This record gives sequence, C-alpha cells and structure tokens, in this order.
Amino acid sequence: MSLTVEQVKQRNKDLIKEVLEVYPDKTAKRRAKHLGTFEEGKPDCGVKSNIKSVPGVMTIRGCAYAGSKGVVWGPIKDMIHISHGPVGCGQYSWASRRNYYIGTTGIDTFVTMQFTSDFQEKDIVFGGDKKLEKIIDEIQELFPLNHGITVQSECPIGLIGDDIEAVSKKKNKEYNGHTIVPVRCEGFRGVSQSLGHHIANDAVRDWIFDKAGDKHPEFQTTPYDVAIIGDYNIGGDAWSSRILLEEMGLRVIAQWSGDGSLAELENTPKAKLNVLHCYRSMNYISRHLEEKYGVPWVEYNFFGPTKIAESLRTIANFFDDKIKEGAERVIAKYQPLMQAVIDKYRPRLEGKKVMLYVGGLRPRHVIGAYEDLGMEIVGTGYEFGHNDDYQRTTHYVKDGTLIYDDVTGFEFEKFVEAVQPDLVGSGIKEKYVFQKMGVPFRQMHSWDYSGPYHGYDGFAIFARDMDMAINNPVWGLTKAPWKSAA
Amino acid sequence: MSDLRQIAFYGKGGIGKSTTSQNTLAALAEMGQKILIVGCDPKADSTRLILHSKAQDTILSLAADAGSVEDLELDDVMKVGYRDIRCVESGGPEPGVGCAGRGVITSINFLEEEGAYDGVDYVSYDVLGDVVCGGFAMPIRENKAQEIYIVMSGEMMAMYAANNISKGILKYANSGGVRLGGLVCNERQTDKEYELAESLAKKLGTTLIHFVPRDNIVQHAELRRMTVLEYAPDSKQAGEYRELAQKVHANKGNGTIPTPITMDELEDLLMEHGIMKQVDESQVGKSAAELAA
Repeated sequence: MSLTVEQVKQRNKDLIKEVLEVYPDKTAKRRAKHLGTFEEGKPDCGVKSNIKSVPGVMTIRGCAYAGSKGVVWGPIKDMIHISHGPVGCGQYSWASRRNYYIGTTGIDTFVTMQFTSDFQEKDIVFGGDKKLEKIIDEIQELFPLNHGITVQSECPIGLIGDDIEAVSKKKNKEYNGHTIVPVRCEGFRGVSQSLGHHIANDAVRDWIFDKAGDKHPEFQTTPYDVAIIGDYNIGGDAWSSRILLEEMGLRVIAQWSGDGSLAELENTPKAKLNVLHCYRSMNYISRHLEEKYGVPWVEYNFFGPTKIAESLRTIANFFDDKIKEGAERVIAKYQPLMQAVIDKYRPRLEGKKVMLYVGGLRPRHVIGAYEDLGMEIVGTGYEFGHNDDYQRTTHYVKDGTLIYDDVTGFEFEKFVEAVQPDLVGSGIKEKYVFQKMGVPFRQMHSWDYSGPYHGYDGFAIFARDMDMAINNPVWGLTKAPWKSAA
Repeated sequence: MSDLRQIAFYGKGGIGKSTTSQNTLAALAEMGQKILIVGCDPKADSTRLILHSKAQDTILSLAADAGSVEDLELDDVMKVGYRDIRCVESGGPEPGVGCAGRGVITSINFLEEEGAYDGVDYVSYDVLGDVVCGGFAMPIRENKAQEIYIVMSGEMMAMYAANNISKGILKYANSGGVRLGGLVCNERQTDKEYELAESLAKKLGTTLIHFVPRDNIVQHAELRRMTVLEYAPDSKQAGEYRELAQKVHANKGNGTIPTPITMDELEDLLMEHGIMKQVDESQVGKSAAELAA
C-alpha cells in the first residue's frame, strides 16, 4: 500500500508538473524553481527562496510591517507600538499573534492594545509628522508608565517621506531621553515579512543598543545568564521554555520578545549566551550581539522530547559541569512524563501523515515533535524562508519530502488533494479550505488558540491537540448520506 | 454631458502659464463665457490676477482646519473675481512635506462632488511645472480636461517640457478623451522662435495656436495683480489675448492625440533651425579646458 521512496519522488515530480501546467509559461517557469522534492544527501532542499511572489497568485505571505510590528516589536510589553499610517494595518492585525505577557494592560503593559495614527486624507497631503508628535505627547500623558515608544511605519509614510526619525529624536530630548524608536518597516519593502524582521532587528541595534548605552549599570551578572531570543511567547511558549533553562541552573535575563521588556533588551549584551529559537526573525541581532559584545549564540529546538533533550545538552555544553548535570537532571525528570504522553497518543497517531506550511522556524522545528508521536512529515515549506532555512531543513526531513516555497493557494490545495495527508498544519487563511475538503487541520502560527507547544509542558498539549484534530469523530460524518446510503 | 468645456494649461515652470491662462480666460469672460479656474499648484497663485490677491483659503488648508474635506461647503472655497470668474485653489503642503499630488486629486474630487462645475461654460485647470506624478496628471485623466494647451517658448528646456507633457497626454488619450489642444508660444525672443515653435507643433501632431509676443505691459499689469485685459483693455497685448481666447473658443473638438518625439528628434529639430550646432561626438562630456588643451 505505502509507496517506496522512489515512487514518492516520482509522484511528487508528476504532481509538480501537473500543477505547473495550469500556469502561463512565464509563471510556470518562475514557480518551478520553488517546488521540489528533498533528495537525501543534498546540502539544501533544491528550491529557490526569498524571491518576489508572482503577481496574480494567492500568496500566503505578509509584509515588512507585519514582520516588524506584528512579530518582533509588538510583543515587547512595556513599550507602546504606534501603527503609523491609516487605521487598517493595526486594526486588522490587532492582538492576533497571542503573545502572552504578565502585567496590567493599559497601565504598565500594552501588548493587546492598538495604537494608531489613523491617517486621514489631510495627513497624507500635509504630512503626518505633527500628528505623530501629538500622539507621542498624548501617550506620555495617558500612559506615563510606558517605558518606550516605537513608530511602526505603514506604506504611506515611505511614500510621502515623513521624517519620523526627526520626530523621534525631538521627542526623545523633550522627554528626557525616553526611548523612542522609529522603524522604517513600510509594507512595500522587500518580498515578504522577512525584511521587516531584519529592519526591526536593525532598529533595536541602532536605537536601543547604540543610542542608549548601558542604562542599567547596577545590573548584577552571573556566570549562568542567558537570553531567550526569537520566542514570541505564543500561548505561553517562552514560559514553558524558560522554566527548563532555569531548572537546569541557568538564569534567563531576557525574553526576546514574548513577554519581554525594554530593560531586558537593554541588558542582553550582558548575557553569557544567547539561545536562539526563531533563527529567521532574530539571527540578525544575535550575530550583532556576538560581533559587538562577544556574546555567543546557539540555535535550539524545544518541540518534542527528542529535540528538547538534544537542545538542553547543546546549551549545557556552553557551561560548566553544574549546568551539564542540571540538563541531565531535567531530562531525566521529564522523560517518564513524556513517555506517558507518548504511550497515550502514539497508538492513536502512529503512521499519520502531515503536511506543513508555516513561517519562520516551524516548517522544520516541529517535525521532531510529530515524529515523537510516530507521525510522518510528507511535505513542508516556508512562507518567507531563505536558503539558510532550507539548508537547516535537511537535518529534519526525510528523503522524498515534498518541498514548496512561498506556496500559492492553488498549489497547496492541489498538493493536499493528491497527497491526502491525515493532517495539515498551516494558518488561518488555509484552515477552512482544507477542513471543507475533509482534511483535519491545525493552525500552526497561533496554535489554534491553544498552546503552549514549546517545552515539555507544551508537548503534552501539542499531542492532545493533534489527536483532537485527527481523531475527531466529525470526520466520519462528512460524507453525504445519500452517497453512502444503499 | 453639457456643453461644459474643460481645458488645462501645462508647461515648464516659470514659462508664464498662470499669466497666459488668466489673461486668456479674462478675454473669454469678456466674450460672455462663464468661467471656473481650478488652481492645481501648492503655491496657490493661479488666480491672483483675477482676484487681485493670493487666495489664502485653499481647499486643502480649509479641509485641514475643518478636519476633513467632507466638512467643507463649496461657498467656503470659491471666490469670485474679475468679470464674475469663479476661482478655487487646491493648495497643498508646504515644500518638503506630505504629498501635493494627492492634494490635487482630493480637491478635484471635492469640486466635482459639490457641483462646482454646474452652470459654467469653461473649467480651466492651471497645473504646476511638469506632470511629476499621478496626482498632477489628474486633470488630464478620464472625464476631466478635454483639451490641453501647452505653454512654451523657443528655449530648449521649455520644448523638452512640452514634449514630456505630450507623453503624459498620450498615455491617457487612448483610455479617455483628453486631447492636445495646441501649443501657445510665450515669446522669449530667442532665435527663430516662431519657426521653431511651428516645427515642434507639427512634430507633435498639433498646431501653434497662438504666438504671444513679449510686451512689458504684462509686467505692469502683474505688479498690480491684474490681467492686461483689466489693466489696459485697449492695449495691443490685450488684443493678442483676445485673439488667443477666440482661437481657443473655436478650437472645440479639434484637439489631437499628440505624437511625442524622441530626444534625438528634438535635438535634430534644434539643429535644423541652427539653434544647436552639430556636436562632434568626441567633444561630448569634455570641459572647456579639456577642449582647449
């Protein structure tokens, strides 16, 4: 019944050909470079990436503003992030990434609030700098406990040439050095949200590190200080990660940026090691912290017990025996709990096939968690990955895995139709398409309003959620009764 | 559609667009035509000769004060000047900020929605220097100006600009009804100016509708913020503008789709008339000192 690897490769080849035939020649030629099959032993997945989407297709990508405001800056809880421009960009992305945080919203934390300059016709014609100044004044008056402000540029700011840097500098002086960060993340820049991550990282470098200097000289360091980089605390992910690092004896001095604060960012150069989860969105600042402050960084993966154990050991290797022993202790403590989870769910999920299509790190990082449950990834792809992501993916995927970069709505539907996986993991825009096709689905950006999925605690929830999606009795009721009735 | 004529004056900055257009429109008013001038320049000086002052209350400045353009009434922005010519100025941001092009679009949409064009025979748009972006092309887009008059002179840069504007007209001529009404040469007393203007008009597939001679009386009138028609109605220059006005009036429906030429063709034209000498290719990009050596 099940196909050999060679048969799978042939099927993928035929499938890609079939999909491309529908396109005009030029589009087919361009899209062909983004579709392929992983060949064991190759240094990457054989697809091109980080290239402009083809006009006319339904791409699943976002924009630079989404990458900066939505991903990198938005979760920093004690700063106020102004969506600068017309109201829609901020309004329709309002609190949609589920970045959990601790604090009193509206008093000392602001993540789930929406601040926008709500551009009108006159702001376009006469420029929005004066309005921006007024908004900053109002924020200072209404929310005096904010620790800083960022200006997240929407498209029109770049078109009309507003000088948000000058406004930021002026207000920084006026409010006695209050941190105000202008971010040039206009949506039309770059090919996806990926450039927004980079711009946001650079803004941290230029306006937090370079401008602020050491704002906390009293901060006492220890030999075991680490910063969590690239965890956005979606559904509490960073919390279920942090406790493991702490249990093994490390001290987490910063979370970037889920449940993070400005002070944490400012103190990060004092860390002994930066542990990096989402490489795609925060490798830039990690490299900078290494070059300028000599803080090494290491990538880790906290999805599923196999990868967690591997990662805890990798991180521990940067420290002394005390931490190494701590890592072993943590792994030993949780292993029986994880075995219980696996014993419960693996029999229900064994052999189930999964197709993924997600963002930053998940198209590869979650594979281990599925495999711990006996499931198999038959296709995966990145919305906005670069070639270095596809290189890293080779450590995770099996020979013959279908790879699709910046997949179009049409391609994804066709692939799922032909491959018939038992589960699709992607985003909200894809969810109902596949559920209506009768294919179980989980949102793998927001954890479908569940989570956390990181860490040992997260794995138990992950396993339950996947089981709930796949083995839901509703799928047995989706056939039309008049088709099955005798 | 009614008999409303919509025309626009374009041309290189400083060529005398506003002066030529206001004098011509004053002459048209003299002929009994009811006229609306829409100034599309952030400097808001397209109607000062008619109003005897610079209009301070532009559509956009009032809209900014009121909150939005929807809060304005037509009466707030419309001024009436010489011979009941109605005047509005779009206005726009101070130099270096915002988006003046968007301002032009906003203003024209407002005027149309508010019925500013009801009961007039002519709407004339006076647009700044060049068609630098979509906003300043607004008056030549669909259902706006039917005829464009390009004000130019025998200077090379004015001719370049005229050719560029023709390209802008061509772009919209096929999708909409805009046509090139003709060239108006505002004399600068350059060599063989009339011949050159005639030849350019021919190359662009249009006509030199009028050659306005240079006359200091125009300056005298301007200093008094008046048109020549009002300042010295019996002068020879007033007669020139009357003639131009009659030609424009008679030109209805005679506009053409322009045939812009290449830079090389334009330079050939200048050489043909001996304005420009055949350039030795080996001399291009060499300074005077280098050539002397």
